[in-house]
Amino acid sequence: MSNLSETLQGLKASGRKGLIVYLTAGYPDYATTLETVLAMEAEGADVIEIGIPFSDPIADGPVIQHAATLALKTGSTTAKSIELVAQIRKSSRIPLVVMTYVNSILGYGKEKFIADFVKAGIDGLIVPDLPLEETGLLEDICKRQGIPLIGLIAPTSTVDRIKCIAQKAEGFLYCVSNTGVTGGQHNNYDQIGTVIKAARQVSQIPMAIGFGIGNSQGASAAARYADAVIVGSAILEKLTNEGIAGVRNLVRSIRETLDGESE
Amino acid sequence: MPDKNGKFGEFGGRFVPETVMPALIELEERYEALKNDASFQEELHFYLQEYAGRPTALYFAKNLTAHYGRGKIYLKREDLLHTGAHKINNAIGQALLARRMGKKKIVAETGAGQHGVACATVAALFGLECRVYMGKEDIERQALNVFRMRLLGTEVIPVTSGTGTLKDATSEAIRYWVTNVEDTHYIIGSVVGPHPYPMIVRDFQKIIGEEVKEQILKCNIEKLKYIVACIGGGSNAMGMFYSFRNDKEIIKIGVEAAGKGITTNEHAASLTKGRPGVLHGAFSYLLQDKDGQIIEPYSISAGLDYPGVGPEHSFFKDSGIVEYQAVTDEEALQAFKRLARIEGIIPALESSHALSYLEEIMPKTQVDETVIVCLSGRGDKDVDMAIKVMGGL
Repeated sequence: MSNLSETLQGLKASGRKGLIVYLTAGYPDYATTLETVLAMEAEGADVIEIGIPFSDPIADGPVIQHAATLALKTGSTTAKSIELVAQIRKSSRIPLVVMTYVNSILGYGKEKFIADFVKAGIDGLIVPDLPLEETGLLEDICKRQGIPLIGLIAPTSTVDRIKCIAQKAEGFLYCVSNTGVTGGQHNNYDQIGTVIKAARQVSQIPMAIGFGIGNSQGASAAARYADAVIVGSAILEKLTNEGIAGVRNLVRSIRETLDGESE
Repeated sequence: MPDKNGKFGEFGGRFVPETVMPALIELEERYEALKNDASFQEELHFYLQEYAGRPTALYFAKNLTAHYGRGKIYLKREDLLHTGAHKINNAIGQALLARRMGKKKIVAETGAGQHGVACATVAALFGLECRVYMGKEDIERQALNVFRMRLLGTEVIPVTSGTGTLKDATSEAIRYWVTNVEDTHYIIGSVVGPHPYPMIVRDFQKIIGEEVKEQILKCNIEKLKYIVACIGGGSNAMGMFYSFRNDKEIIKIGVEAAGKGITTNEHAASLTKGRPGVLHGAFSYLLQDKDGQIIEPYSISAGLDYPGVGPEHSFFKDSGIVEYQAVTDEEALQAFKRLARIEGIIPALESSHALSYLEEIMPKTQVDETVIVCLSGRGDKDVDMAIKVMGGL
């Protein structure tokens, strides 16, 4: 079993909720990204999602868009992001999932992109603009390299789609909380809760809710329906406004809330 | 036709978030049903004829023909349509589609503002609520079209994300659509985007070539040698070429914007200089760097200033069905002036790229041969830009 599955299944078995946190590689610079990853692990994050900046991120809201634009302006490249993963691996075994858009992968060369990141130490890949119908593009390479290609379901997914996606799912299933882009504050998870129920009928895989979870209240509301929560834009906002100390506080408070409720 | 996943050969597809996949599938199903629905086609035909002004003339450009002294030149006069360009063909078709699907709101992106004005126009006509995303830079450069849209009751939203241009406006329109997919129809402006859009836009634009096919007979054109159209995303060119795709003896030429030259970094020649990748939901030729980051294109003509191109054009390129060339700003401006002086027609800067390519092909034609150029739009909108670069006359 992979590092990622092991971690999430372990949490599930012990009745704890998982906390997945997101950072954009190279925002505001690579040294900060590295330090923040380690700080978040120390505060109790279970999985780190590393966003590889892309010039045209259609699934992202203003916060992650801005981080990507700035990272690219200050010289972020795919090669440097691979090096970042290798650096993290020198001091941490925390599961790392790379999140990027199809063209980052194609532009760099799809075989090479996945092979280089796997060699550096990632445990999974999320591609938000690669729906079920297009997964053929990367599926075989991910299999060969031994990492899961994380599937996504949304509130608009039909029952048939939910079943197909859930049956194929590996690692965890990324459940998008609302119709829309990343960021903002969203506190109603009933709709995605219904979708998750349908997915659970065909799959035992851990379910993680993401998009719009910005604080412990949101995390706690989402955790009622899922095995893990994903926090992204709120982490970047903290990093921008309050630095790594702010990120530590946010991760700690969400961790405490999630653990408090599981007990 | 594209295959079931919307691929033209290897190009096209649906590279979009799961959230909009069900909407794309629904759109495809509803469109396939309506395509063969007589009442829908009748309604479409009515508005194209009575409101937009179709069919447009296939005009024998006698003076321009005499200027080159070789083959005959005909112009397909899309510039005579309501709102001034071929964009209205697609806007009417898609607004009717939105209405049939019960969607009361439409969203669109625009670069120069032509597609935005076309959408604002049909929104006013059919009582739809319309939002148009437009790059902040373009809003400043195209004040006239921004005013036209607002006058027509459309909300124009400035886009500052990314580089604040057409590609970012398109991303922002897609994001809005993802968020409001339940009550909103997205009217993309060219034969780009995820399936079924390239097919739908092509179908609403192919009337250009279908009319030409009939007009060729009426005008007794016997030896049609070349058909020429400009290409940004490629909707007027697709509309023009589609009916002739199997006529091997006719040479189809798509003319891209070479900006300051294709050996510089300032051009918009995606097919000539790009390599295949994914932007805005489709796999197609694209201007990108080694990491797949999209490179900002450049052209004097805002309508050609797009880093990608429709996937079916990529297919046409690789299968040799259409030949793609590029002309510079300077060459396009010469053609802009030439048509104004010789024929009394001020062409759009976009169309001027196609006209410019006559310099290349006319010397190779025989007197009994014919060349047809798609005059996709009129140049009124470009006068400010022309004053800036040409100065006083």
